[in-house]
Amino acid sequence: MSKAREVLLNPIFNDNPIALQILGICSALAVTTNLYPTLLMCLALTSVLCLSNLFVSIIRNHIPTNVRMIVQITLIASLVVLVDEVLKAYDYETSKTIGVFVALIVTNCIVMGRAEAYAMQNGPWLSFLDGLGNGLGYSLILIIVATIRELFGSGTLFGYEILILTQNGGWYLGNNYMVLSSSSFILIGLFIWLLRSWKVEQIEEPEFQVARNNLETKEAGTRV
Amino acid sequence: MNKNDTLLKTLFVGITLCLVCSIIISLTAVGLRDQQKLLKQKDQQSKILSSAGLLTNQKNIEELFMAIEERVINLDTGEYADSLDPKSFDGKNFESEDYSKDPLTSVQLSSDTDISSLKRRENFIKIYFYKENNNIKAVILPVRGLGLWGTLYGYLAIEPDLNTIIGLEYFSHKETPGLGAEVDNPRWKSKWRGKKIRSSSGEFKIEVIKGLVNLESPERKYQVDGLSGATITSRGVSNMLTFWLGELGYAKFLNKLKVEIENEEALNV
Repeated sequence: MSKAREVLLNPIFNDNPIALQILGICSALAVTTNLYPTLLMCLALTSVLCLSNLFVSIIRNHIPTNVRMIVQITLIASLVVLVDEVLKAYDYETSKTIGVFVALIVTNCIVMGRAEAYAMQNGPWLSFLDGLGNGLGYSLILIIVATIRELFGSGTLFGYEILILTQNGGWYLGNNYMVLSSSSFILIGLFIWLLRSWKVEQIEEPEFQVARNNLETKEAGTRV
Repeated sequence: MNKNDTLLKTLFVGITLCLVCSIIISLTAVGLRDQQKLLKQKDQQSKILSSAGLLTNQKNIEELFMAIEERVINLDTGEYADSLDPKSFDGKNFESEDYSKDPLTSVQLSSDTDISSLKRRENFIKIYFYKENNNIKAVILPVRGLGLWGTLYGYLAIEPDLNTIIGLEYFSHKETPGLGAEVDNPRWKSKWRGKKIRSSSGEFKIEVIKGLVNLESPERKYQVDGLSGATITSRGVSNMLTFWLGELGYAKFLNKLKVEIENEEALNV
């Protein structure tokens, strides 16, 4: 596998920013009630991630080490404002619902994390691909979560009725839990479980072993 | 020491970066401003039209909106405030919400009258008439009030008898999707059509009740089904109607308008 391909495809399953690094969960919880805003959010994050990686990488040899994070944040924040403005100018309706989460991309750990961990050490082209790959990895999970939440919570996909809700005269009783943010925790958790059953090498070593509660240790305890 | 870490270089990189970024952002913001304003205006116009049941086809909002007449009114006196040009009368978020922040153009609400948690109420507000052949067919009034998570902003359209509701449409709110956000559900919105605001004796009656309206009850024409799982949002909707149709809201204006419409009708006969 060539280097570029690896950089692009690895973050999708092997090194997924949400499933393996558990970064960027906030927006994954908040915007995934409906598919359409989720897609726009994924697009917004992916473009910020690609461009921030690209620009950080271009100027990486000139960034003074003591202010490097400030420089990265300035770049990221500017890109986020740009994306937000463009969104407002082309889809006002959706920007009303996800606007605040687009603004919060600044604090999304994935963006800062990739700038610091990858773009500071690698060339512009590879950094751009790394941003794209991580953006796709993030998008993959968001889209899966949003599909499940919209379908079972509101009975629709992209706003089109699939399961007709009882309040609209149909047969499907919407799962109200799915429209609440906390359901994403469970869905992301299930996804991580599936992914790690498939790619066993992602399972982390337990940090400590729980001692077995048997007679010997009890006796050992009393003796001490 | 690394050549990048000198004070001069640090300052140079910092200042250049800030300048470049701010120039790019300013250019984008200025370049997109008109487009953004247009979309926002279109969104509000579509909600105004849809509250009065006039929105038939998304494509010609501007054309449909030509039939709408905008007027600014004084809420204290109930008179038209024609010295204020409706075209230039624009708030930032809500039509006149910005006026409600200025002590010169608003009144402080006491805690017992402020049932919708508005804190202040503006003195001037922009309302809309839908007219056919110079006859008023619908009066569209902006309303706002606290729901569960934040303020709901919307338009209430009423018939020229000033007592029958045509529709209630929200254009901005922060309610929970699937629960409080069901205020946007077309099925729920259609329940408002034909409901009466006051009884024949003038008593204020309209409310969102808990549960379903009993179809046999004599009160049914004043009641709208509550949103299940969204008691606080439903109560917020009731409260904002109570406030905005009450003495501090449009009551004075509506009383004057009623006389005006009756006189006109008498002339036409």
